Amino acid sequence: MSNIAITDAGPSTSAKPFLTRLAGGFVSRLVIIVPYLWLLFFFFIPFIIVFKISLSQSAIAMPPYTPVLDFRDGISGFFSGFRELSFDNYVWLTQDALYFKAYVTSVIIAAISTVLTLLVGFPIAYGMARAPATIRPTLLMLVILPFWTSFLIRVYAWIGILKPEGLLNQLLLSLHIINQPLIILNTYTAIFIGIVYSYLPFMVLPLYSSLEKMDYSLIEAAKDLGCPPTAAFWKITFPLSLPGVIAGCLLVFIPAVGEFVIPDLLGGSQTLMIGKTLWNEFFANRDWPVSSAVAVILLLLLIVPIMLFQQAQARAQEQDK
Amino acid sequence: MNATWSRFNVTSVVLGFAFLYLPIVLLIVFSFNESKLVTVWGGFSTKWYVSLFHNQGLMDATWVTARVGVISATVATVLGTLAALTLTRYTRFRGRILFSGMVFAPLVMPEVITGLSLLLLFVAIGLDRGFFTVTLAHITLTMCFVAVVVQSRLVSFDRSLEEAAMDLGATPVKTFFQITLPVIAPAIVSGWMLAFTLSLDDLVIASFTSGPGATTLPMKIYSQVRLGVTPEINAACTILIAVVAVGVVIASIANKRREVQRQLDEQAAQRG
Repeated sequence: MSNIAITDAGPSTSAKPFLTRLAGGFVSRLVIIVPYLWLLFFFFIPFIIVFKISLSQSAIAMPPYTPVLDFRDGISGFFSGFRELSFDNYVWLTQDALYFKAYVTSVIIAAISTVLTLLVGFPIAYGMARAPATIRPTLLMLVILPFWTSFLIRVYAWIGILKPEGLLNQLLLSLHIINQPLIILNTYTAIFIGIVYSYLPFMVLPLYSSLEKMDYSLIEAAKDLGCPPTAAFWKITFPLSLPGVIAGCLLVFIPAVGEFVIPDLLGGSQTLMIGKTLWNEFFANRDWPVSSAVAVILLLLLIVPIMLFQQAQARAQEQDK
Repeated sequence: MNATWSRFNVTSVVLGFAFLYLPIVLLIVFSFNESKLVTVWGGFSTKWYVSLFHNQGLMDATWVTARVGVISATVATVLGTLAALTLTRYTRFRGRILFSGMVFAPLVMPEVITGLSLLLLFVAIGLDRGFFTVTLAHITLTMCFVAVVVQSRLVSFDRSLEEAAMDLGATPVKTFFQITLPVIAPAIVSGWMLAFTLSLDDLVIASFTSGPGATTLPMKIYSQVRLGVTPEINAACTILIAVVAVGVVIASIANKRREVQRQLDEQAAQRG
């Protein structure tokens, strides 16, 4: 792709009338500028505002913070505002053990759920990749389909299953496997189930795409040479599926750290996760500066995995070409 | 090929799909439950669907969601397609790294961060929260998904078609509308549908950026779920699932037919 530069640089266009070329150049510039400005304004600048407000004082007003870096006084007002910046909110976050606990818990829960999703997703993706080629598109469609149904609905569906008087307990009680209903809803177990369930397609899809490309005669060869199946898996299958494993794990881990709906609906009030803390800080306590500070730290926490994800994405694109 | 599909493979695929689909199936089944208890079967009934249509709050929310979804998906499809073109066609321009970062980051960014940051932007520029702000927020989120879908189609696109058109004297704009657009149309359609479903589905970003009078369906469902599970919500969810399922099926049939037509055309061209 890199050898094809901007379209209007080709020799074929140089013979065109000057005006046409000018119009083409204008259009191609527009193609870049419109989405660029949109994302700059609605995605990039908002982060700067979050950062800015995380450094301001909370106040009982609407909006509930004292503005710093106010552009209304022009550039000089902007610079004089720097003196009013305060790191109080960040100091506050370190003083209250709740926030630190929420961050650590979120990372641990996301990490455990990512491993669980990988353990559940790998056999599925592997089975799909080994399926007869004729039914593979159907299987792929079936994995993607739940992604089209609402996230909220899929999480909600588990409440009816995991409740003490829910379907799972009814089933287990009627089979006499247990004598007392299991308490699963409103525990961390329910969060794990919810995350594994909701993010399973994100894990299976990249795994499948790298497993499908694999040359299975390698395994046959290993078998013929007397390599036991488990060793063949660790020496051949797993290393070859590593790009899929990395992409899948990042796709599950990053959103799971900041997850709100799953811990809120399945985890109950006792469980502590940072996405929920941010939500409560914002909607219940109406403390915008503190919730902005929570968001900034969450973002810093995720910047390394997000950059890894982008690199993996870029590498996958290079391979496609 | 069948010989290599071992019993273990079959079992794991079947169990995996059972895990993926059973909760949704149970949810749909219990929306037809006579009993008010969601988890105890009391006979078949469609009364919850009837009561659903008399729930004014829910109907209003559905209308808001549908409008936000259509408008935001449409704008997001245009912007996302432009972004995809930028990513695949223009490999050298200033700020390209920042641009691709801004396209890919929202895909994995926790929604609480995106929601909070957009809200703070709207407050900073003095925009009243409501229908308009939710729509803007959804455009921003979903255009990145459209960009990824369209981009994957553009990467495998045969550029010689475009070059041929330009050599024959077509302007870049005309080339785009007559050659490029028809070829990437299926990706644009699935991009629109993905954007629409994501907008239909979003709770967190909508909660941050919405204001009075612009309660979306997920927000309404969420506030009712917090009060307890009822068959009425199951019914609402079932309708939502049905709408999306019908859309996906129609789109995949249309795609398939177009694919078949294309193959027929190619065969005819080769014979002729």
